[in-house]
Amino acid sequence: MIDKHTLEEHGITQEEYQEIKNLIQREPNLTELGIFSLMWSEHCSYKSSKVHLKKFPTSGKNVIQGPGENAGVIDIGDGLAAVFKIESHNHPSFIEPYQGAATGVGGILRDIFTMGARPIATLDSLRFGPLSHPKNKSVMEGVVSGIAGYGNSIGVPTVGGETYFDPCYSLNPLVNVFCLGLAKKENIFYARAEGKGNPVLYVGSKTGRDGIHGATMASSEFGEDLEEKRPNVQVGDPFKEKLLLEACLEVMEKKLVLGIQDMGAAGLTCSTTEMAANSGTGIEIDLDLIPQREKGMTPYEIMLSESQERMLIVAKKEKIKQVQKVFERWDLDAVIIGKVTDTQNLKVFAKGQAVVDLPVSAVVHLCPAYQRETKPHSPTQTAVCSSDVPLPEEYESIFLQMVRSPGLANKKWIFRQYDHMIQTNTAVLPGADAAVIRIKDTQKALAISLDGNSLYTYVDPRTGGKIAVAEACRNLSCLGAQPLGVTNCLNFGNPEKPEIMWQFKEAVEGIAQACRAFQIPVTGGNVSFYNETEGASVDPTPVLGVVGLINNVDTLISPEFKEAGDCIVLLGETKEELGASEYLKQIHSKKCGPVPEIDLEIEKRVQKLCREAISQGILQSAHDLSEGGLAHCLAECCVLRKTPIGCQIQLDQQIRTDALLFGETCSRILVSLKNKDKDALFALAKKASVPFAIIGKTGGKNIFVRHFGETIWDIPVQKVYSLWNNSIPDTFHVK
Amino acid sequence: MRFGVVVFPGSNCDHDTLYALRDVTNQESFFLWHKEHDLKDADCIVLPGGFSYGDYLRSGAIARFSPLMQQVKEFALSGGLVLGICNGFQVLLELGLLPGAMLRNKNLKFLCQYVPIRIENTETPFTNRGKPGQVLHIPIAHFDGNYYTDPENLKKIHQNQQVVFRYANPDGSLSSAANVNGSMDSIAGLLNEQKNVMGMMPHPERASDLLLGSTDGQIIFESIIHYLKNDR
Repeated sequence: MIDKHTLEEHGITQEEYQEIKNLIQREPNLTELGIFSLMWSEHCSYKSSKVHLKKFPTSGKNVIQGPGENAGVIDIGDGLAAVFKIESHNHPSFIEPYQGAATGVGGILRDIFTMGARPIATLDSLRFGPLSHPKNKSVMEGVVSGIAGYGNSIGVPTVGGETYFDPCYSLNPLVNVFCLGLAKKENIFYARAEGKGNPVLYVGSKTGRDGIHGATMASSEFGEDLEEKRPNVQVGDPFKEKLLLEACLEVMEKKLVLGIQDMGAAGLTCSTTEMAANSGTGIEIDLDLIPQREKGMTPYEIMLSESQERMLIVAKKEKIKQVQKVFERWDLDAVIIGKVTDTQNLKVFAKGQAVVDLPVSAVVHLCPAYQRETKPHSPTQTAVCSSDVPLPEEYESIFLQMVRSPGLANKKWIFRQYDHMIQTNTAVLPGADAAVIRIKDTQKALAISLDGNSLYTYVDPRTGGKIAVAEACRNLSCLGAQPLGVTNCLNFGNPEKPEIMWQFKEAVEGIAQACRAFQIPVTGGNVSFYNETEGASVDPTPVLGVVGLINNVDTLISPEFKEAGDCIVLLGETKEELGASEYLKQIHSKKCGPVPEIDLEIEKRVQKLCREAISQGILQSAHDLSEGGLAHCLAECCVLRKTPIGCQIQLDQQIRTDALLFGETCSRILVSLKNKDKDALFALAKKASVPFAIIGKTGGKNIFVRHFGETIWDIPVQKVYSLWNNSIPDTFHVK
Repeated sequence: MRFGVVVFPGSNCDHDTLYALRDVTNQESFFLWHKEHDLKDADCIVLPGGFSYGDYLRSGAIARFSPLMQQVKEFALSGGLVLGICNGFQVLLELGLLPGAMLRNKNLKFLCQYVPIRIENTETPFTNRGKPGQVLHIPIAHFDGNYYTDPENLKKIHQNQQVVFRYANPDGSLSSAANVNGSMDSIAGLLNEQKNVMGMMPHPERASDLLLGSTDGQIIFESIIHYLKNDR
């Protein structure tokens, strides 16, 4: 019945098929095979990554819910909890940029409000091919419009993120969407189907044929049949989701439901089997009762549909009327489609016939976990070291070229298309080191940073992984926030290739090590493999989303210089490190190492010092040094303002000038402060054993930099401001 | 004073507006559900921003048919104060309570940013606490805010001093660059002939807290309260 071709179409190997037959003691029918193909796909089962993900620290005193649910939950005091998660929507976003990105936002929002939390912010980590290619431009334009279209309509602010460009993303853009929600601690809900006989409710949009095999698609490489995959991409309806969000939060607030799960990837299949498996129960549903948008859908199609904006709810019988009343108020379907059983099986009926009868644990938990082969992947260019890089004859043009490169230029063209102020909590506007969302009726605020550096992880995945965590935390510390927890999105190539698997394993170990050092638990995340098109893989790209707490929002500072005459101090030590820098990549066309060294103990000391100084109110500004090094950090401090401000810098360190300006040594923060507060800062720094240097002062109309006696550049800040601001709009020929 | 904030299913600035009125301005404020028929003795009705019914048709096009809107229309026609913010402005245009229509922004993109707007008329229930020519910094967030009307109407609007706000430079001067969405005559806020109904694209509820960057939006709420207390 089930032949080799059918198995291939479903992405199931011969061995896996044998295992399925062993588990259910018979041949599955086609619908059942479809169910296994989704739940045993890489996207749903984590079969290649599971053995490695165990290395992440997942517990801590503030953790209410770690990995395994729709989102992680962290206690933030005052009876409140932060609920957050990151998800990738890479494959759909390339096939259909607008809808791919839009449904990515819709999916992550559902993950958050399924837990009983109101989504209060989203951020996006985006990676595209160079904008010199029209296809990349249209993908970027579509993705940004899609994020805007969904987020703006539903009313959740898109408050920040990152955008990066590299040729490796040309045929495989990365779209990672992070969402943060806020819940009352006692009102958190889980994906459970408890109590034999309790009704199972289907709520939200009707089911159509869209998105069938979406999860399987996201688990394979793209060949030349890309266009044929378009029908696999779902179409989003943010208005419907807004209704669903309000209705779900209302029934949860009134405690009318026992368990709830969104129908995201793998739709009805995933929600029914996971809810039952989590509770050790079974579920029985009748497909004739499912609200359907199209006629003549087969059981296979209904079970595998990934139509958006749908949820599954289990409630007590006596509460059903009240639940339905709430959904009716919001003009949504809420239909009983089945009940909880004690069989531990998923049983599906259609037209009176049983069409599926599968043990839920086999579907959810018993997918084989693979310890895939690994083989070190050393980019041949690694051997190139900084002594092979000639010293530039002049620096001004290099500085300006970096400032206007799309990866480093102002992203206002992107974020002004996002409603980033709705909900009136956005205390720091996009463009700073991290986003800050104040919590009304408290003194607190939550800060969020999304960060990853694929150049580092390409050259050295382990150190790159460590740096990604360190930098995301450093971003938070620059605003005075204490990191609390982390979620990550791990974007890699084909895990069946040993070199890719090695990159993955190394990066995970680096991230795990840094998370332990910072004592921040990983509360969940997402793995996206098969980011390859026509045999070319993306650079390994782990993206870290770190959430931090600001106890007193009145102490909040921002990265830009504030007024003329302030003293500029560099916290941390600069080493002669040019490896894996944007400077090497952009100016010398070299993607090579070694990546900067990172000492996590020093990193922690620098960050703690910065947070302390902020809490004592002695800093005017703080900005972390990362891509583009000191030069770009200085530029941003001068231009991240309505009207730019200049500065005069005197550097007296005996290392290569280009390393000093553009090197990306870790664990450094640039701060500005009033002269009267200098002594207080230096005392704190000495106590913390953090090296520091006074490097200049703010003010004037130029950015003026000297290295010993030599003028490196003296450029009108207005010129830098224009180049930095206009780079991306000019690419799109708009003002 | 009693403020009623209308909630359409796709309203998404309803909570923000209620917060600004109730928690910041300390006024008795409540939601009015679009399916109901009762304005609950509100002194002022606010139509908040959002995507009333998803706005897949024209912005605000379906909202005007909701049951509560008949009450709002009668309330407005009998002189009651009605403020429409962003999508609320679009709904007021669709309802025919204000003249004109909205087109897509001139750059064909959604725009979310602070904009300076200049007060054109301070003798209104909505701006009496401001100074003539004063520039307010208030955020916009919309796709369809490019105001349009026919030349004859435009003339009437100006003659009757119905223009309340115009997009301006920070120094108060007008320019094409400052007119971010391409609105006719840089119109950002508009009154009806009787001057008891106002629509504005910028969001005053987003400019009600110094922590977020501006409190200029309070001038509008304070003006309404002042008017209701003294001039009604």
